[in-house]
Amino acid sequence: MSSFAHLTKIEIRLLFRDPLAVVLSLILPTAILLGLGSVPLLRERNDELGGIRFIDYYAPSVLVMSVAVMGLAIMPGVIATYRERGMLRRMRTTPIPPGALLGAQLLVGLGTALIAALLVVVAGRLVIGVPLPQHPVGFAVAFVLGIAAVFSLGLVVAALAPNARVAQTFSTILFMSVMFFGGVYVPLSMLPDSIARIANYIPPGVGVLLDAWTGTAPPVLPLVIMGAVTLGLGLVSARVFKWE
Amino acid sequence: MAVIEVKDLVKQYGSHRAVDGVSFTVEEGEIFGILGPNGAGKTTTVECVEGLRKPDSGSVSVLGLDPRRDGRELKQVLGAQLQESSLPDHMRVEEALNLYASFYRDPADPAHLIRMLGLEEKRKAPFAKLSGGQRQRLSIALALIGNPRVAVLDELTTGLDPQARRDTWDLVEEVRASGVTIVLVTHFMDEAERLCDRLAVIDSGKVAAIDTPAGLAARAGEEQRVRFKPSRPLDDALLLALPEVAAVDRSGGQVIVSGRGNLLSAVASLLAVNHIVAADLRVEQATLDDAFVALTGRSLDHP
Repeated sequence: MSSFAHLTKIEIRLLFRDPLAVVLSLILPTAILLGLGSVPLLRERNDELGGIRFIDYYAPSVLVMSVAVMGLAIMPGVIATYRERGMLRRMRTTPIPPGALLGAQLLVGLGTALIAALLVVVAGRLVIGVPLPQHPVGFAVAFVLGIAAVFSLGLVVAALAPNARVAQTFSTILFMSVMFFGGVYVPLSMLPDSIARIANYIPPGVGVLLDAWTGTAPPVLPLVIMGAVTLGLGLVSARVFKWE
Repeated sequence: MAVIEVKDLVKQYGSHRAVDGVSFTVEEGEIFGILGPNGAGKTTTVECVEGLRKPDSGSVSVLGLDPRRDGRELKQVLGAQLQESSLPDHMRVEEALNLYASFYRDPADPAHLIRMLGLEEKRKAPFAKLSGGQRQRLSIALALIGNPRVAVLDELTTGLDPQARRDTWDLVEEVRASGVTIVLVTHFMDEAERLCDRLAVIDSGKVAAIDTPAGLAARAGEEQRVRFKPSRPLDDALLLALPEVAAVDRSGGQVIVSGRGNLLSAVASLLAVNHIVAADLRVEQATLDDAFVALTGRSLDHP
C-alpha cells in the first residue's frame, strides 16, 4: 500500500475511535433534521416560504452544519494538535512528501462531510418526506464547490494555528459565521434580504443549495466565487503552512 | 570513513546566535555524543543535520548528501528521534510502526523492532496508554523503522526513571552493534560517559572540545588525589619527597595527597616501607564533570 493510502486509512481509523467526532460530524445533522421534522407545525406548507414546508426549506442549512462541523470544528483542531504535539515535525523527518498528511486529512474530512450530507438527504427523504434535490447536477456542483470552500477556510486555520486552543478560537469564529450565513441559527427567510443575498457568497452558499434543491439551476457567480475562494485559500495555506 | 561532516555551521535566531561556527565529523559505526547544557545549540545543530533547518552559513554533509538539497534521499537513510514528539492518542503501537514503515523504500520489519524494543505486550496499546519509557522506546523504533544508516537521538532519556534509562542505554548499544552510526544529543554526563565513543562539548553555540570521554576527563587535569587515614603519624616531608606528589593536605585524621603520574603506587610503597597501614584509602580522578567545568567554567548538573 502506498504511504498516502496507508496514512488515509489510519486517519479514518483514528476518526472512528473518537466517538464525539463521529457523533458530531456524521449523526448530529441528521438527528437535528429529523428532530425538527417530528414537529407537525414544521411539516405544514408555509405560504411565506413560497408554499414549501419549513423542514424542506431548512434542509440545506442542515447540510451547511454537517460541512461546517467537519471542516471548521474538527479538522483544523486535529491538524493544530498534530503540530502542537510535534507529530508534524516527526513526519518531516521521514521521506513522506509534506503534503501527504494534509491530503489524507482533507480526503477523510471531505469524505466524512459527504457521507454526513448523504445521510441528511436520504434520511430526510425516507423519514420526513423531504424531496430529493430537484436539480441534481446543479446541486452536486454547488455542494462540492461549497464544501471545498468551507474546508479551505478551515485549512488556513490548520496551516497556521500553533496549538489546538488557538485553532479552536479562530475556527469557532469562522464556524459561527458560516452557520449564521448558512441559516442554521435563524432561517434565512427571517433575515433581511441584504443578508440573505450575502449568504449566497459566504461558503458554502446556502441560498444556491436551496435553489438547486428546489429545482432552479444555480446561478454562476456564487459558484465561481466558491471555486476562487477554494483555490486562493488552498494556495495560501500551502504557502504559509507551519510544520512546528 | 566520515559519515557526517559539519563545517563552520552558523544558525542565528534574531540577534541570538544559537549555533556559532560548529564543526565536527562523525565516523561510521560510532556513537558520537553532543553534550551541553540546555540552550547550548545542540538541538539546532542536529536539526541542521536532519535537514529540518537551513543553516545561515557553513556546510553539512551526511553520507555525501546535502540535507537541504537532497532532503528526500537523506530521509531514507537518516532516522531521527526528536525531543517532545508524540503520536495521536488513539494510534496503536503496531499501527504507528506499520504506518511509518510505509514511508520508506526499504523499511525494517515492524514485528522485529517491536520485539527488539520489548513492546510486544503493548502492540495493540494506544499511544495515550503507554508509559514514558514505552513512548520513548516507540520513538526509537520509529527512528529505526526506515533501516537508517545514521540515527540521531535527541534527549533520549529525559524524564525516564533510572531503570528505563539503563534499558534505553542497552538498546542504543544494540542498535550500534547492528551497524548504525549514532548521534546522541544529551545533557546528561553519565549518559555521555557510558555510551559515547567520542563527544563534542557544546557551550553557547560553540564547540568547546571534541574527544573521547576519557580524553576529555584527562584534559581537566592529570591531577589525582589519594585520601587515607594513616595507622600512625606520618611526616608530610616523606610524602613531598616523592616526585609524583605535588601537595599534601590534612583534614581531620585524613591525609590528602595530590599529584600526578603513578601517584597511588608511589604513595602505597612509601607507606609499606614505613610499616604504615592506610585505612579508608580512596583514589579520586577527574571525571567528565570536572572536564565540563574546566571547559565551560560551569557545571552541567548544577547550573
